[in-house]
Amino acid sequence: MITLTIDGQRVEAEEGQTILEAAKAAGIRIPTLCHLEGLSPRGSCRLCLVEVKNWNGKLVPACATPAQDGMEVVASSERLRNLRRMILELLFAERNHICAICPSNGHCELQDLACELGMDVVHFPYRFPGLKVDASHQRFVYDPNRCVLCGRCVRACSEVEGAMTLGFSGRGVYTLVEADLGGPWGASETCTGCGKCVQACPTGALVERGKATAEQEKRPQLVAEVTERRPRVQD
Amino acid sequence: MAVKLESRVAELVEPFAGRPSELIQALHRVQEELGYIPEEAQRTVAAALRVPLSQVHGVVTFYHFFRTEPVGRHIIRLCLGTACYVRGAARVLQALREELGVDLGGTSADGLFTLEGVRCLGACGLAPVMMVDGEVYGRLTPRRAREILSRYRDE
Repeated sequence: MITLTIDGQRVEAEEGQTILEAAKAAGIRIPTLCHLEGLSPRGSCRLCLVEVKNWNGKLVPACATPAQDGMEVVASSERLRNLRRMILELLFAERNHICAICPSNGHCELQDLACELGMDVVHFPYRFPGLKVDASHQRFVYDPNRCVLCGRCVRACSEVEGAMTLGFSGRGVYTLVEADLGGPWGASETCTGCGKCVQACPTGALVERGKATAEQEKRPQLVAEVTERRPRVQD
Repeated sequence: MAVKLESRVAELVEPFAGRPSELIQALHRVQEELGYIPEEAQRTVAAALRVPLSQVHGVVTFYHFFRTEPVGRHIIRLCLGTACYVRGAARVLQALREELGVDLGGTSADGLFTLEGVRCLGACGLAPVMMVDGEVYGRLTPRRAREILSRYRDE
């Protein structure tokens, strides 16, 4: 066992646990977006940034940084709140996140984070890309305009389903999630149609075809359940 | 044709067979030979190296170096950096567009030229500048650019 402090609170953690896992066990909330229990950590969204006091106040992603003995972690401060809010604003500005017309309105992790972090305005001009929606799949729809590129779908596809159908293409703000060599998803030779990508998606980028907004609620915890990290809960 | 291409690509990537970590090397090899990496070639590479299609696609689209469309026999790289721009690169570009009938990134219908815009060739004193294959041409005017093209056409 190792001992660290998070926001002044003494926290015990197992060797190899991340700061996020240690915080969760101690009931301390750290916002996350690209992280999903059951998938490998990616540390790409930067929303779980925490400050390590005795590392000169260095900012590290809690989801991908191992907890270490004697570490003094700050998980909530004015500086972190401002940083996380700005990161969220940048995510909103990059694509077309317009809640009122989104099938995930009301059960979207991005929207929940905006509420939690008090993001009431986006200070950056929206880029309004006109990205092509892929509705070629029999059961699912991918709308890149609502994608935050967290890669949860890509990891669910490769790490849990093992199909490796979905991957990133392009780079920077032009990055897309695409199937196989980039043709229509519906024509994919490798997609098993399992739907884990849709369940893992935190926003309205991946949705089930023919379902109304109220029925689009997702079960991202399914990934942890099928990887047997968490017992299945009957609902 | 398709079968021929497949066996040719298979031959090219043979040394990398079963080695996913050599993906970029294999793609380089294919592009060196074919000038670009068509979809069938990407499939062959994926199968030979045992890499998922999505990963091959990811690498090919991430690096600007890799092309998925055929290129012309000559590659024109017109500098659109600040110095060249100030000295009239836009007018040269317009002339090249008209002459070749393509926009930046395009290949002329006769398959002779691919037009590319680049940022700075390190010859700002000669602005506006363009390169055709390995040759640098400076102090361009729309007229001079047209003349240079016709020289390559006559070759």
